[in-house]
Amino acid sequence: MQTVEDTKPCFPLFNEPEYRDLITNKREQFEETVSKEKIAETFAWTTTQEYQDLNFKREALTINPAKVCQPLGGALCGMGFEKTMVYIHGSQGCVAYFRTYFNRHFKEPIAFIADSMTEDAAVFGGQKNVHEGLQNATKLYDAKMIAVCTTCIAEVIGDDLGAFIGNARKEGHVEKDFPIPYANTPSFVGSHVTGWDNMFEGIVSYFTQATMDGKVVGSNKKINIVPGFETYLGNYRVIKRMLKEMDVDFTFLCDPEEVLDTPANGEYQMYAGGTTIDEVKDAPNAYTTFMLQPTTLEKSKKFVETTWNHEVPKINIPMGVEWTDEFLMKVSEVTGKPIPESLLKERGRLVDMMTDSHAWLHGKKMAMFGDPDFLLGLTKVMLELGIEPTHIVCNNSNKRWEKAMKKLLESSPYGVHAKLYPGCDLWHMRSLCFTDKPDFIVGSTYGKTIQRDTLYKGPDFEVPLIRLGFPIFDRHHLHRMTTLGYEGGMYLVTTLTNAVLERLDEKTKFMNDTDYNYDIVR
Amino acid sequence: MSKLRQCAIYGKGGIGKSTTTQNLVAALAEAGKKVMIVGCDPKADSTRLILHAKMQNTVMQLAADAGSVEDLELEDVLQVGFKGIKCAESGGPEPGVGCAGRGVITAINFLEEEGAYSDDLDFVFYDVLGDVVCGGFAMPIREGKAQEIYIVVSGEMMAMYAANNISKGIVKYANSGGVRLAGLICNSRKTDREDELIEALAAKIGTQMIHFVPRDNVVQHAEIRRMTVIEYDPTAKQADEYRELARKIVENKKFVIPNPLEMEELEELLMEFGIMEVEDEKIVGKTAAELAV
Repeated sequence: MQTVEDTKPCFPLFNEPEYRDLITNKREQFEETVSKEKIAETFAWTTTQEYQDLNFKREALTINPAKVCQPLGGALCGMGFEKTMVYIHGSQGCVAYFRTYFNRHFKEPIAFIADSMTEDAAVFGGQKNVHEGLQNATKLYDAKMIAVCTTCIAEVIGDDLGAFIGNARKEGHVEKDFPIPYANTPSFVGSHVTGWDNMFEGIVSYFTQATMDGKVVGSNKKINIVPGFETYLGNYRVIKRMLKEMDVDFTFLCDPEEVLDTPANGEYQMYAGGTTIDEVKDAPNAYTTFMLQPTTLEKSKKFVETTWNHEVPKINIPMGVEWTDEFLMKVSEVTGKPIPESLLKERGRLVDMMTDSHAWLHGKKMAMFGDPDFLLGLTKVMLELGIEPTHIVCNNSNKRWEKAMKKLLESSPYGVHAKLYPGCDLWHMRSLCFTDKPDFIVGSTYGKTIQRDTLYKGPDFEVPLIRLGFPIFDRHHLHRMTTLGYEGGMYLVTTLTNAVLERLDEKTKFMNDTDYNYDIVR
Repeated sequence: MSKLRQCAIYGKGGIGKSTTTQNLVAALAEAGKKVMIVGCDPKADSTRLILHAKMQNTVMQLAADAGSVEDLELEDVLQVGFKGIKCAESGGPEPGVGCAGRGVITAINFLEEEGAYSDDLDFVFYDVLGDVVCGGFAMPIREGKAQEIYIVVSGEMMAMYAANNISKGIVKYANSGGVRLAGLICNSRKTDREDELIEALAAKIGTQMIHFVPRDNVVQHAEIRRMTVIEYDPTAKQADEYRELARKIVENKKFVIPNPLEMEELEELLMEFGIMEVEDEKIVGKTAAELAV
């Protein structure tokens, strides 16, 4: 019973006898559940090889996807530009979901506009919504740019976004020269990383396509950085820091670092920081453009190569020692600026940390899931540490990813046990964790049900989750961490090592039983 | 390389769009032009005369078989037929299910992304389902795609209604972009004074009757063999008619924002040519029995 003197939260409140009885009675009297034995039997069956074989024959159904849809990516991209309001043409339920999704991950208020298409808009087309929506949005939110993307409903009925926005200008709903770049982001194709790519291409082409006259590659003596769908705020910061230490001038094309981390000073900030329109217009004048997530920025890369005439460097996501080296050396090569002592020292520290922790990580088997480039980087780090990746599930994979991943795994003896599961979901991963148990599973919060399910089979079957990737809803502030560069390497080594040690403590903390290894020094 | 011209062919269902388009394209190819046809109709009969096939494998069918569009390669969907004409069909669901319009959008996006619109092309023709029933079927005339629209029409009342309706649709897109009406192609049904009628209609809409294609059985003879007239019997008189149409399209410079007629204006025109009788308000809603009294 809840009392004022002793208020209890959800847990342990509902563990008290009166609530337990209530739930049991409800189940028995009203829910027509099958017997506990039957449930146990079915559960046991879902852990078998037989079930796994059936599970992998699934064709038309995704269970627990490890990806989100295109407009979510489009929205994150839009947020990275100065005073830019993200406007999503489509259903308001979808947009509420996007706001909530980021809100839960970043613990920040998120402002996106929906133009709330309803039944009549689906029948007559959404032009009216776009016109009224743009008119309101330009008046209400003091934005310098409105970045428009779409949800499925607008895409299914074939709304012509470009024409709608053009008409809105012509008919005076918005000023003729107000910047409104747009991208079509149908949710049923690709994933959030595709949406990011599409929106980015939409924005940079809007500001540069028609004004390429007079642009000279290298004339502003800067490099451009395109982060891709990046949710670790530390990653924006570490790239900036490293480039500053190298004394390299750069433009971050899409930089939501500030707006996703505003201070609590009593003032609500709808906008903060971000790439300016002038910076975007000047971007073709840079030496070149670095794509930090190269396997998922195909469309943007094509635009930058064909319109800006940039020779986009062939790099990998700068995670781990070697690929950070590769990134910095490429930057140095392009700009002529040497890599400073400070970064060499930082590298040395990371290598030192890796050596210190190596004994605990060597030969550990880890399964993982997440976005294509993140998985590539994570695998690289694991191979550098002597961890053996096992099941690699990439729900939003592509052919380039598969090729790159195969090549990477073949490059190291630690890669021989790994198996790729392109296009698979977390229900596939669940089967794999039962039939071929890894020591850990690395991925987003959504991996925690696998930890629960494997534990239910018995303590020896539990596969603990290490939270790395996106989204992380159930731990605080991890989105502020860093996974790129040497600094990111340090965070990854720390996280992976301490997960291993914590697990060991959990197993050895039993007095007069396993505590012979419950050590003070690890 | 001359600039790529993209043309969309619209018109009432059954008017002969696909036959006319394929014969026209064959004539263009014969004259050395590099052409691609994109069929935008779930029936997928826009390329059979070029490929001598019953029905080309469509983008949507192949995508459904492969699992998703992302699993397709360009060579799976793009086939080459008579005189190097490139052919693609969007395809779509069976009647009564799914969304054919989305199929058109998906297919055209796929072709664009995979580089089907190569630099050596002179013309792309979109053969679009009879009525522009939803946004998907207007995909071919969005900004950056077809800029010229030809409407196939005949001297029949419903065909002209449809042509006028399509013009209304074009106005919407023309006002926001560069798409223009480029002419009416009269595919003769041998009605009275058909050429004059269509010319009069064209003049009222503000466009031209670009060519009058007479009716000739050789078209059917060729069609039975899944061939265009140009290929089946290059010496036929009808082949010259398609060549003439092709020449006029190559040389066409008259691109307009149409001025569609009000219903009354259209009916007046039809009455003038005796296709529609003057309405007698007294007989409206009267049964045969009542009128017999």
